[in-house]
Amino acid sequence: MKICVFVKRVPDTESKIRINQENNTVVEEGLNFVLSPYDEYAVEEALRLREAKGGQVVVVSVGPEEALVILKKCLAMGADEAVLIKDDEPEAYDGLRISKIIALAVTKKFTDFDLLLFGKQAVGTDNSQVPAMVAELLNLPQVNVVTKLEIEGNTGSALREIEGALEKYEFSLPAVISAQKGLNEPRYETLKGIMAAKKKEIPVLTPKDLDLGEEELKPNLKIVKMESPPPREAGKIIEGEPAEAAQKLVELLRNEAKII
Amino acid sequence: MILVYLEVREGKVKKSSLEALSEGERRAKDMKTEVNAVLVGDNLESLASVAFPYGTSKVYLVQNSIFSQYSAESYSQALVGLIEEIKPDVLFFSASAMGKDLAPRVAAKLGVSLASDCTKTATRDGKLEVTRPIFAGKALATIAFSSKPCLATLRPNVFPLTEPGSEQGEVIKKEVAMTDEQIKGKAVDVIREEGAELDVTEAEIVVSGGRGMKGPENYDLLRELTDVLPQSAVGASRSAVDAGWVDHQHQVGQTGKTVSPNLYLAFGISGAIQHLAGMSSSKCIVAVNKDPEAPIFKVADYGIVGDLFQVIPHLKEELKKILKE
Repeated sequence: MKICVFVKRVPDTESKIRINQENNTVVEEGLNFVLSPYDEYAVEEALRLREAKGGQVVVVSVGPEEALVILKKCLAMGADEAVLIKDDEPEAYDGLRISKIIALAVTKKFTDFDLLLFGKQAVGTDNSQVPAMVAELLNLPQVNVVTKLEIEGNTGSALREIEGALEKYEFSLPAVISAQKGLNEPRYETLKGIMAAKKKEIPVLTPKDLDLGEEELKPNLKIVKMESPPPREAGKIIEGEPAEAAQKLVELLRNEAKII
Repeated sequence: MILVYLEVREGKVKKSSLEALSEGERRAKDMKTEVNAVLVGDNLESLASVAFPYGTSKVYLVQNSIFSQYSAESYSQALVGLIEEIKPDVLFFSASAMGKDLAPRVAAKLGVSLASDCTKTATRDGKLEVTRPIFAGKALATIAFSSKPCLATLRPNVFPLTEPGSEQGEVIKKEVAMTDEQIKGKAVDVIREEGAELDVTEAEIVVSGGRGMKGPENYDLLRELTDVLPQSAVGASRSAVDAGWVDHQHQVGQTGKTVSPNLYLAFGISGAIQHLAGMSSSKCIVAVNKDPEAPIFKVADYGIVGDLFQVIPHLKEELKKILKE
C-alpha cells in the first residue's frame, strides 16, 4: 500500500498568540512550532497500515523551510520518505490555495497511492477544509474526522465522529481520510529512528516545479482585521459553605445572569 | 441572493441550520436581497415549510433516492448544480459535522474559497465580511472574499434564531440524475450510544470536569447535573480525556471542541490556555475549584473556591428546586 500523509507545522497548543496589527498576522517570534497534533494520528495510522499490509509511507508538508523539522520527526517515527513543498507565502487561512498545491503535487509526483491521510484540521487555522477540497479536486471519496479505519483489499470502512454519534462509512480506494484524536495512540520517535532520519535527504519542491502560476497561488480570502478576543473580566467569587454557596450561585444564575 | 443549506438529520432540519438561515436573513436585509434555502435528500416535501417562518422566499428541494445515504460527493454535486443555475452571491452552511464535511467539497467544485466556523457576519459596502476564531479562539480574523459566491460555515449556538414570521413561500423541486456507481464513498449507518447525550457543541449548558474529578466514576456526578439541566451535555478537559476517564468526543479545548453555550460549568478544571481557548466564548462561565489561584477564575463570571464533591450535591438540589417552579 502506498500512503501519502500531509502534515503541517503549527504553534503548539500552549502558545499565547500575539497579533501584529499593522499587517494582520500572528507574531511568530517566540512561538514553539510542532507537528500539528491531529497530523500525528494520521502519521501513526499510516505506519500501522504499512506494518500490517506492507508498502510505503511518504510524508509531505507545504510550508516554509522550517517545516523540515516536523518532516524529520515523521521520518524518525518511521515514515519512508518525506518531501517539502516550499511555500513562503504568509498564512492566508485559505484552504483552497493549499489544496490546489497538494492536488497538483499528488497528480504530478505521488501517483499510485492508495490513501491520502490528513489531520482533521491544522491547529491554528482551524479550517478543516483541505482534506475535503483535495478529495474533490482529485475526484476521490472522503471520510473526515475518523476515529476508526479498516482497509480490506480495494475498499475500506471508517467511523467518523458526528454530533453525539458515529457515522459508519464504506468507500473504495484510493481515498482521502482525515484523522481525529482517538484513532490511535501515536508512537514516540526511537533513538534508532532519529539517527536514521538524520541520514535521509528531504527533497524540496517549489510550486514552480509543479507548474503553479502566481495567479493560482493567490489567496481568495483577505484578512482585513486580526484582533485578540475581548478579554473576559473575572467575576464574583461566591463565599460561604458549600450549601450556601450553591444556593447563592443558583440564585445569581436565575436573577442576575438570567440563564436558568 | 443568499442561499442557506438546511441539513436534515433523522427526518428533521437541524436547529443550527435554522440559525444559519436566520443570519442569512439578516444579511439579506442589509444587502437588499432575498434569502432562500436548499435541502438535499429524499422525500423532503413535508420539511419545506420549516424554512418559511425565518424569512425565506424560496425553498429548493433537491431530491433523489440516492440522497437517503449521505455522501459529500453526491450532496456537493446536487448543491453545485443548483448554485450554477440560481447563482447566489452568498452561501451559508452550519459548521456542523456535515457542514464541515460538505462545504469545502462544494467550494472546491466551484473553485472558490471558504471561511470556516464563523462567529460573526456583516456587510461592508454591500459586500459580505465574516469573523472567525483562529487558534481555537485565541485570535479573531475578519475576512473579506475575492471569489464569488462567498461561502461560509457558521458556528452552531452563536447566531440567534429570528422570530418566526410568515408561513408562506414558494417550494421549487429539482430532480437530479445520479446513480450509485458514481459515488465512491458514503455513510451507511449511524451508531448512536445507548442513551446518547447531546453533543457539547450543540448543548445550551455544558457541565465540564477536569483533573479535579479524580476518576472516571465521578463523572456520574456531572451526568446527574445534566439530567437536571435542560439541553445540557457533559464536557471534559484534555487531562481528563488523556487519562482515559472520558471519551474524546467530550473534550473541550484546542485539541477538542470549541463551544459557546449559554452556561459553562467548570468543575475541577484549572484552566490551561488550550482549554480556555475552547470555552471562553461561553456566555456565562461558572468555576468550582479548590485552588483560588486557578486561571479558570480569571475568566469565570461566578466562582466557588471549594471542594466540588461537596458543592455538586447541593447544587443539584438547588437546581432541581428552582427548575421545578
